[in-house]
Amino acid sequence: MLINLRTAYGEELLALAKENSRVVALDADLCGSTQSVVIEKNFPERYFEMGIGEQNMISVAAGLSLTGKIPFAHSFAVFASGRPFDQIRQSVCLPKLNVKIVGSSCGLSDFGDGATHQSFEDLATMRVLPGMTVFCPADAVETKWAVRQAAAIDGPVYIRLNRNDLPVLFDEKTPFETGKPLVVKEGSQVALVATGTMTAIAMEAAGLLETKGISARVIHLGTIKPLDTAALAKAVNGVRGIVTCEEHTIYGGLGSAVAEALCAAPLPMRMVGIQDRYGQSAVCYDELLVHYGLTKENIAAAAEKLL
Amino acid sequence: MTPDLNGLAEHASAVRRDVVRMIGVARSGHLASSLSIVDLLVWLYWEVLSLRTDEPSWEDRDRFVLGKGHGCPALYAVLANRSFFPREELWSYRRLGAMLQGFPEVRRTPGVDAPGGSLGQGLGLANGLALALRDRASVPSVFCLVGDGELQEGAFWESAMTSAHFSLDSLLLLVDRDGRQMEGATEDIMSLEPVRDKFLAFGWAVEECDGHDFASMEEARARLGSRRGKPGCIVANTVLGKGVSFLENDPSGGRMVLGRDSMDKALRELEKGGD
Repeated sequence: MLINLRTAYGEELLALAKENSRVVALDADLCGSTQSVVIEKNFPERYFEMGIGEQNMISVAAGLSLTGKIPFAHSFAVFASGRPFDQIRQSVCLPKLNVKIVGSSCGLSDFGDGATHQSFEDLATMRVLPGMTVFCPADAVETKWAVRQAAAIDGPVYIRLNRNDLPVLFDEKTPFETGKPLVVKEGSQVALVATGTMTAIAMEAAGLLETKGISARVIHLGTIKPLDTAALAKAVNGVRGIVTCEEHTIYGGLGSAVAEALCAAPLPMRMVGIQDRYGQSAVCYDELLVHYGLTKENIAAAAEKLL
Repeated sequence: MTPDLNGLAEHASAVRRDVVRMIGVARSGHLASSLSIVDLLVWLYWEVLSLRTDEPSWEDRDRFVLGKGHGCPALYAVLANRSFFPREELWSYRRLGAMLQGFPEVRRTPGVDAPGGSLGQGLGLANGLALALRDRASVPSVFCLVGDGELQEGAFWESAMTSAHFSLDSLLLLVDRDGRQMEGATEDIMSLEPVRDKFLAFGWAVEECDGHDFASMEEARARLGSRRGKPGCIVANTVLGKGVSFLENDPSGGRMVLGRDSMDKALRELEKGGD
């Protein structure tokens, strides 16, 4: 079954807003795409259209939070994290303000617009900020969990969202926890540690490896920061190597976070991700995933090299 | 000296002496740009803002955002003299672990309503505060003080557009127009004039005042009136380093490190009641 992550996000944001009057939304002229439009429609007095000005949007969100509001500020991931980086650092993270930043259309998912609208750097830039929680959900179920969890955390949160219809991997019983790895498939020889959209593809890669007689464990990391290092070490215990899988540059994102977390007791690693490049336009999302080497075949090949 | 409105000049002298002492003791800090805003802050904190010094987090208080965070010694000295925290704290300004950091930190310092330091962000924060507070029964006012050099930040004008778009008439912006910035005169580095016309074009109500004359500040505020639907701006003409003769319009842009001798000299001048 496929569910669109933006749709799931909008539904949960609205449900949250109905329960919690402190929740407000801001957008930089993309509310139809990011789905913050659900707040504009249902709670117009709690929606702030900031126009095409992401820096002011983040400062305004910080100001709103100073009175106890819980602002969710939206734009495409590339703009939400990139344009106002200084505002996020100085006016949100440093003072530990309760601002939620939602980066929509992340990675390659805005396939048509191409490089300027595709974001491969946001996990890295958001992750380096002390106090920032970074979520990168894999499906609609986890997206809804991330919305709830973001509101429950008293402090800055970045949620990275894909814009496409994606397979549903989880259900309401899945024990999501901030910072904890989730073993989604058991396996003994190699661990595929994935985040966001790449978790579903890593599952397919594990199936492919199985046909070749290789047992792969699939571990989903829906939180890039904070990361429970001990839990991650435990999750990869016993395998001979790790392949990290992310729709993001291999510099500074999931692969780096895993390498940093395990550097005291390292395992051989390979990183599947964007290889220090910018994106480009294409007629469909899958075409880009193939072009940039984010397929089950790429992951399986990387795993085989480790064995 | 400026006409004394309810003893404000005396408070301003005490605050200036504390600013000189705290920067002198710390041997670090932006002295001249702190001195230029002392009178504006004294006016705000003794005459204008609705506050409870024994309840700094009182929800219905007026809010103050210091955009030019480097001027925070003046804010700290004002807050201490208004008894938000013990005056002794001033002498550990900029020390490791101190409550009074080089730039204002919200939650760390009683009476500080918003973070400040990265120039150009204060007005956006003030917009957020004004938007959040406007639904209250008695709408608190939000005051924001920015340096003139700060107007060179593009994001400031995003915020200026926003204040007007949302008709934030509970917002009053003060521009510390000392005409100087780090490397020289604002008009040489990146010209700002006509400042007044820029704000008018952005949909603001604008007045000017002498930023060292309390009566002039009061008059400007009165002229702005309730400004129905428009954010208000007072361009306060100030003198960098105001109150210390050898700092006033010092060509080094006020970057002089205050040695023991010059600190004593400055304090002697201020004891006499300045100019």
